[in-house]
Amino acid sequence: MNATPLNGTPAATTPSPPPLPSLQLVDVACRRGVRILFSGLNETLAPGELLWLRGGNGRGKTSLLRLVAGLAAPEHGQVLWDGAPARRSGRFAGELVYIAHANALKDDLTALESLAFLARVHGRDASAPALRAALARLGLAGRERTPVRSLSQGLRRRVALARLALETVPALWVLDEPFDALDVAGTATLHALLAAHRARGGSVLLTSHHLHLDAQAASAGFRVLDLDLLPRDAGVAA
Amino acid sequence: MNVFVAVYQRDLRLAWRRRTEALLPVAFFLVAASLFPLGVGPDPQVLKLIAPGVVWVCALLAAMLSMPPLYAADHADGSLEQLLQAPGAGLAVAAAKAAAHWTISGAPLVVGAPLLGLLLGLPAEELPVLFVSLLLGTPILSLLGGVGAALTLGLRSAGMLIVLIVLPLAIPALIFGAGAAAAVDAGQSPSPHLSLLGALLIACLVGAPPATAAALRIAVE
Repeated sequence: MNATPLNGTPAATTPSPPPLPSLQLVDVACRRGVRILFSGLNETLAPGELLWLRGGNGRGKTSLLRLVAGLAAPEHGQVLWDGAPARRSGRFAGELVYIAHANALKDDLTALESLAFLARVHGRDASAPALRAALARLGLAGRERTPVRSLSQGLRRRVALARLALETVPALWVLDEPFDALDVAGTATLHALLAAHRARGGSVLLTSHHLHLDAQAASAGFRVLDLDLLPRDAGVAA
Repeated sequence: MNVFVAVYQRDLRLAWRRRTEALLPVAFFLVAASLFPLGVGPDPQVLKLIAPGVVWVCALLAAMLSMPPLYAADHADGSLEQLLQAPGAGLAVAAAKAAAHWTISGAPLVVGAPLLGLLLGLPAEELPVLFVSLLLGTPILSLLGGVGAALTLGLRSAGMLIVLIVLPLAIPALIFGAGAAAAVDAGQSPSPHLSLLGALLIACLVGAPPATAAALRIAVE
């Protein structure tokens, strides 16, 4: 469906433009406390791909997202971006969008101020028109000056996700339960953002418990990675 | 630099939105110091003697009192993970947080100190020295407190632990800070004390942000 060349191999035969970077997980194991949550995970996320991470509670979905986002180190194995360790790549961290389960919003700030702060911290376009457009895209027009404390859970999630509407580069998006608390319209907007990102060659790694993705998975080419199917070293870490 | 300015401005804005909360350490400083004349007795000679030490100890405690929420709120709502995403961003975050803490709770202590000195009967020639010693000393407290707050992130009873970790480290600052005014009282020059205090400040400026950043990394992992 997507003609963008796979990266990871030398681009000798591919014509310009240079291939977009891809994410590679090589024999990754993750430990939480004394338990090994999963091990032997090998996966490649090509440009334009969306990988839907599934698995029961406590199987390490969020832990894997944090590994990829560079917030934690894997117990074993490597997370590679463009063939080099992702954790040490300033460019990877600079372009990555990681939206955790927590919205990272401050009750005392307005929706616009919250988004402006996140945009500035991550070095994105924090001009007022860009921020307003991003909020409007998520259906928050007219609520820019509302303090986050008086927004509902769904609206807060939309403010956090408005960051996605600011993105322009085909980088990696790592989203932890992005559909949580969203209504039908919000879900549709998020799907549109994901599709636009994939169309420009960006890749997405997300978790979700929402079953509506099952239908999407077939029609929009979502790939599924089920952590329940990975070997789980049931014992205690060595 | 982007991260530093963004975090600093946001923290000041948040403090402004919760003005009364931000003023609590200063109120504590004033109330605690004004208890001493009641407890020790109103003898001007005694008060004059203990005034620099009282002001310094109260400033130290007031600074510690405002430390626990420094990183805890950002940790709880997920902001800290966002801030630490870029490699090396921890340093800018630690520096910005310490700078914001000093602006919000350190600077008012510096301004209020001469007033308290007057209240305790400190002679006029010692007031500028007390002011300068706190001007050099309160940033040290903000920087050291940042290390303590980052180390105790996510722990219960973090507030007490911060005090126990930071107070011993702050003893040199207390000695030279309170000593500067006492030196003037004894007819000596306060400059050796102030120079040492300045040296301590430089050491903390260089050493505290990396230590804080490392502790934050561990807390987020």
